[in-house]
Amino acid sequence: MNQHLSGLPAWLVQRLSAVYLALFVLLALLWWWLARPNDYAAWHALFASLPVSIAVGMFVLALLLHAWVGMRNILLDYLGYRPGLRLAMLSLLGASLLAMGVWALRILTGVWTGVLA
Amino acid sequence: MGLGFDNSMQGRPRPRFLSLYRIHLPITGLLSISHRISGVLFYLSLPLWLWLWQHSLRDAEGYAQVQEYLAAWPLRLLLALLSWWLLHHLLAGLRILLLDMDIGVGLRQARASATALMWLSPCVLLLLLGVYL
Repeated sequence: MNQHLSGLPAWLVQRLSAVYLALFVLLALLWWWLARPNDYAAWHALFASLPVSIAVGMFVLALLLHAWVGMRNILLDYLGYRPGLRLAMLSLLGASLLAMGVWALRILTGVWTGVLA
Repeated sequence: MGLGFDNSMQGRPRPRFLSLYRIHLPITGLLSISHRISGVLFYLSLPLWLWLWQHSLRDAEGYAQVQEYLAAWPLRLLLALLSWWLLHHLLAGLRILLLDMDIGVGLRQARASATALMWLSPCVLLLLLGVYL
């Protein structure tokens, strides 16, 4: 297997996702300041629009990748050489990020299908 | 291996120094560790954001409910802290991106930018507390 998301690729993914996350957050803050939706219909219509759901979907993906690289770096630094514990913690981290990704996907698609229990 | 295992490290004890009372970090180190801590805290808060997002979009009732939660002071305080961590993380990250581009790499400039950020960050917190509370 190749070095998936470690070394240079991980560093690059962390930086590229950081740029997108930063741009997204700064633009979102600006938009919130200038034209925030003030009722449910406007809030719902916002996430029902295709450009916004694409941008938010990319934000979620970038966030998950960014969190993976950052949390992985921290775990590798502080766990020391304990392969079993390391595997367990990295699996837990990956599973938690995947679960949150699926959750976010359900929210984004649920806006269209109307199923958001 | 895909998970970052390095067999050359096997059996060799790694140096570790985690005595919090005896660690005296330079200002750049302080910014670095706070960058990490704010990242971890934000990761841990993600389920809360997702839950609020989901309920605000469910129906008009859920939207009103979330607004009610957001108006209650415990959640307001939490959101102010979370926004602070996020902005601290973002600003420290922008500094690192500049360092990557060879901007401000010298020790003096790096110390100055780290000091500026560590002062700016509490100001951001006060501003956020003013907005939320």
